[in-house]
Amino acid sequence: MSFETNEHAQAYWKENLRLLITLLVIWFTVSFGFGILLVEQLNNIQLFGFKLGFWFAQQGSIYVFVVLIFVYVLKMRALDRKYNVQEDAE
Amino acid sequence: MGIQTWTFLLVGLSFALYIGIAIWARAGSTKEFYIAGGGVPPVANGMATAADWMSAASFISMAGLISFIGYDGSVYLMGWTGGYVLLALCLAPYLRKFGKFTVPDFIGDRYYSQTARTVAVICAIFVSFTYVAGQMRGVGVVFSRFLEVDIVTGVLLGMCVVFFYAVLGGMKGITYTQVAQYCVLIFAYLVPAIFISVMMTGNPVPQLGFGGTLADGSGIYLMDKLNGLSTELGFNEYTSGTKSTIDVFFITFALMVGTAGLPHVIVRFFTVPKVSDARLSAGWALVFIAILYTTAPAIASFARVNMIETINGPEGQGVPYEQAPGWITNWERTGLIGWEDKNDDGRMFYAGDERNEMAIDRDIIVMANPEIAKLPAWVIALVAAGGVAAALSTSAGLLLVISTSISHDLLKRNLMPNITDKQELLYARIAAACGIAVAAYLGINPPGFVAEVVAFAFGLAASSFFPAIILGIFYKKMNKEGAIAGMLTGITFTASYIVYFKFINPAANTPDNWWLGVSPEGIGTLGMIFNFVVAFIVLKLTKEAPDHIKELVESLRYPKGAGQAQDH
Repeated sequence: MSFETNEHAQAYWKENLRLLITLLVIWFTVSFGFGILLVEQLNNIQLFGFKLGFWFAQQGSIYVFVVLIFVYVLKMRALDRKYNVQEDAE
Repeated sequence: MGIQTWTFLLVGLSFALYIGIAIWARAGSTKEFYIAGGGVPPVANGMATAADWMSAASFISMAGLISFIGYDGSVYLMGWTGGYVLLALCLAPYLRKFGKFTVPDFIGDRYYSQTARTVAVICAIFVSFTYVAGQMRGVGVVFSRFLEVDIVTGVLLGMCVVFFYAVLGGMKGITYTQVAQYCVLIFAYLVPAIFISVMMTGNPVPQLGFGGTLADGSGIYLMDKLNGLSTELGFNEYTSGTKSTIDVFFITFALMVGTAGLPHVIVRFFTVPKVSDARLSAGWALVFIAILYTTAPAIASFARVNMIETINGPEGQGVPYEQAPGWITNWERTGLIGWEDKNDDGRMFYAGDERNEMAIDRDIIVMANPEIAKLPAWVIALVAAGGVAAALSTSAGLLLVISTSISHDLLKRNLMPNITDKQELLYARIAAACGIAVAAYLGINPPGFVAEVVAFAFGLAASSFFPAIILGIFYKKMNKEGAIAGMLTGITFTASYIVYFKFINPAANTPDNWWLGVSPEGIGTLGMIFNFVVAFIVLKLTKEAPDHIKELVESLRYPKGAGQAQDH
């Protein structure tokens, strides 16, 4: 066991799952939500030359995906440190 | 210098570069051969992953496909990028912590069962061969158009280069070659896109340009112009699709989950030094992929407007055939463009209804785009080199999965557990060589169903690997009975649905006959759901996973102590 206590191990996993679920909700919303299910409603809104729903489907969702992964990388790095389970930990 | 001289020069230079890298990065052990010694920095690995992932299909076909189907093309854009979020968050770090070489390794060990391992090996080999055949075809198409050699010579030439660096260098050689190939292919993709974006909209960033106004001073938005042209000519409005919402949803989901379950993508995350690097590397991979994937829809709309205007003329009356631009006659010779003068006026006309006189293959858009936009010869040659780089990098990655599956999963872990590292390496090289031979054969004599089996590959990966890996990491109690039953249900259901509609009864392949309105392309999503459900039901009826497996899963969940990937 690399964690100091069993409670730590459970708390770490819980925080990890909470982060995971939050990010996956955003992932689902921008792609399946804005890009597919709500595309017609959003297409009534104009963003420069784009209809907004179309923009999310072909551009916006991809940008959000990239941001999501980097947010995850940074948050997990902090979480690993908090519980002292990063790879170079003592 | 003409197009052909430039093409020989650029393709030749890029080949010399790949071979040079291969000699520099020879593999000396199975660990170097399988996972590059586990020492690839995350940015380089991200770049290699991107090249590995973006195949001839992404490079050559995708923008063309979007250009013809507009909004419906979004399924590929979202589907083939969104999967990386799942990979980074749910799979990559845990599989890296597990620290073995392959996906069947994980399935076999986590579910303490040789049966599970064998099922996984067969899926991995099948999925990879499906892909490789398509890639070799891509190389053949590029060579035959630009070097004017026949497809057979083109395929053989490509195979020789792959043979050299894949057999010699293994994963190490492939990884560093892929980094170079990424640079070549992205440069080749962006240069014409930027040129065309400046010409059409005055904006050098294609991603912004296609949301801008036309540079001809009319002040009309490019997308509005495109929608106008499309409806006028009897096509669907470009920004709305023809597929049903439920089908778009299911296809996108199947492509995302399939991406996250493809063995040649997953294995890349075994090559980085640390768990945190696996997360980061998935992020970099998506950045590098996104550069191409956000440019593709821009190219698609530029090309669409350009193509309609050059064929139908600025007044929309059709251009006389004698005045047809060079690219039309060039591509007519390859049989990918056809013109039939239905109303005998000697003018070409392109439309979505009975006025149409043109047959245009979607695959030529990216390759012909620089010619359509009248760009200089070296840009056209660059696109050829990029297309070859995309096809070669993906083939090499897939061949590695095939050779690893045979030498490691099948021989070392199953049939001949006592072979030494040196013998295993030899078998890996022999397997890679045989794989290349089979791929070359498939490239020269492509089975008619290559395009169909791509849906197959994604559906299978989505409905078999993905649930088994997710449950293996996130549900400690899941046992071998549940996982095997789930994988078999998922595969059988998905495969039978696709085989029925694509091979047994293709005439019935219409939305009315589809179950719940889901096309064979999207059925992997349902297969995945069945996989999960069956796994849970079987788990309830059998004994949950033993304690030592639960401890193994527990240890996957934090990075500390990951160390190097283990030798066996």
